[in-house]
Amino acid sequence: MTYFLKYTESGNRQHKCCQGPSVSLTLGVRIVAEMEIDVRGQTCPVPLVECRKALKKTSPGDLVIIKGTHPASKKEIPMACEAMGFKVLEIEDKEGGKEWEIKIRR
Amino acid sequence: MGDKDPEIEPEEGRKMGEKTVIILHSGDMDKVYSALIIGNGALAMGMEASIYFTFWGLMRLKKGELEKGPLSKMNMLGLGRWMVKQRMDRANVASLERLMNDFKELGGKIIACEMTMEIMDIKKEELRTEWIDEWGAVGSYIQEARNANVSLFI
Repeated sequence: MTYFLKYTESGNRQHKCCQGPSVSLTLGVRIVAEMEIDVRGQTCPVPLVECRKALKKTSPGDLVIIKGTHPASKKEIPMACEAMGFKVLEIEDKEGGKEWEIKIRR
Repeated sequence: MGDKDPEIEPEEGRKMGEKTVIILHSGDMDKVYSALIIGNGALAMGMEASIYFTFWGLMRLKKGELEKGPLSKMNMLGLGRWMVKQRMDRANVASLERLMNDFKELGGKIIACEMTMEIMDIKKEELRTEWIDEWGAVGSYIQEARNANVSLFI
């Protein structure tokens, strides 16, 4: 499992550096994290569970990319994302349909 | 550091009020799999989930016993169980230990039946207490199930 931090577009992301209610520090970059999970070869319920774990670890706006081979998960992961209100950006078949890759915006 | 990090957004995706409640009465390996797979599935799809371990099911919470249940049918003194286990390994099915850890990590709740402990003379120290969130009787289950959308007896 890998976890990259990508520095993209400028914007404001407020970073509160301590618990005090008024102390905050504004960073000039918006940090979008991208998490890639590989569940190729894994079967029910691991792909769904690993996807949920990744969505729990990331923050709103982050990207989760999940690669797998379990056929039912290809339709169940988007089903779960829709139920939880996360946006599925892309579902792609790879390796002649033996593998799939799903991109989710947290 | 134990304090809440203000950067972390409140947990999204969890649908409050949508809940799956499972009574695990059986201690059979295949049925324990069913309970943990369904529990994990519910959590992964944004529901809350709890499993109430009672009677033979509670035996699986004893230290070192989670994976030890027989097969519910055609166990044939363990031969059937061994054959099914071989096929499960080939299909790369996760272990019960892993499914239990995932269940806990995703916020699943484990309730242990106190009456079973009394009947079978099981002490708290004999159980995997790190997994158990609550010790209860029928009232705890009904309270859990009162507002549950999915309730199963396995």
